[in-house]
Amino acid sequence: MKISAIVTLKKDVLDPQGKVVNQTLKNMGYNNIISVRQGKHFEIEINEADKEKAKKIIEEICKKLLSNVVIEDFTINHK
Amino acid sequence: MKSSVIVFPGSNCDRDIAVALEKFKIKNEMIWHDDVNLPKSDLVVLPGGFSYGDYLRSGCIASKSKIINDVIQHGKKGGLILGICNGFQILIETGLLPGVLLRNKKLRFLSKNVFLKVTDTNNKFCSKYKKKNIIELPIAHNEGNYFANNELLKNLDDNNLIAFKYCDKKGNIKDNSNPNGSSNNIAGIMNIKKNILGMMPHPERLIDPILSGEDGSMLFESLLNSK
Repeated sequence: MKISAIVTLKKDVLDPQGKVVNQTLKNMGYNNIISVRQGKHFEIEINEADKEKAKKIIEEICKKLLSNVVIEDFTINHK
Repeated sequence: MKSSVIVFPGSNCDRDIAVALEKFKIKNEMIWHDDVNLPKSDLVVLPGGFSYGDYLRSGCIASKSKIINDVIQHGKKGGLILGICNGFQILIETGLLPGVLLRNKKLRFLSKNVFLKVTDTNNKFCSKYKKKNIIELPIAHNEGNYFANNELLKNLDDNNLIAFKYCDKKGNIKDNSNPNGSSNNIAGIMNIKKNILGMMPHPERLIDPILSGEDGSMLFESLLNSK
């Protein structure tokens, strides 16, 4: 089973890279862009048939390793 | 006094700290991150560098390496741990020190000398700074912007757990003497028992007049004095 996880900085934490991308897009003429937040995308293949169980494991992984819960949020998507 | 320097793939200040420790007659051993057993040590040093290429987050992968369990146990038993630069980031990722280190406010890798005020000398790392509490040390980092919420900042202040703050030449702690945007100009903090110190500046780089200064020496002299 494949599950993806996206880790982004929390709303209130300054995201310098996102800000720079946002500014660059404006410089390129994309004036309708409001904001950009940059994050990390993980594609995880897991040997687990039960969807709920797999999600739980990925959630644990996100909390323990992939994100720093103090400054980052994560979302998990099942494919 | 015996020390162990933990070497990770990507550490690049491990030799510098080893030279510094040996200069102050601290018997040092280099320990590879993949080892499981930490030899009996009074002091464990997590050196600066870019452990595991800063993958995921600075210090993150190193904080899960095999040797770290023993390092955490050593710290919990009251053993001394010093984390410099990437070592500080690793200490934060292991949870041995609170807060978080964000990217420098101005998004630049900083490599320069800064002035620091030693804001607590009542600990085993800084006792020798009583006579001279405004010092100059180099910094070299990209993620050194220490962030803590108000509750944690108050806790650090109330318990005198902030060891170093960025200041100007005269010791004024102001916004324009803050190189990376750290909360309250914090450059180094300790845990509640004060046996674990994490700091962004590099004391091991200024331990000899030939290296243009000795402001780092007092930290090692303090450690020797603590035994």
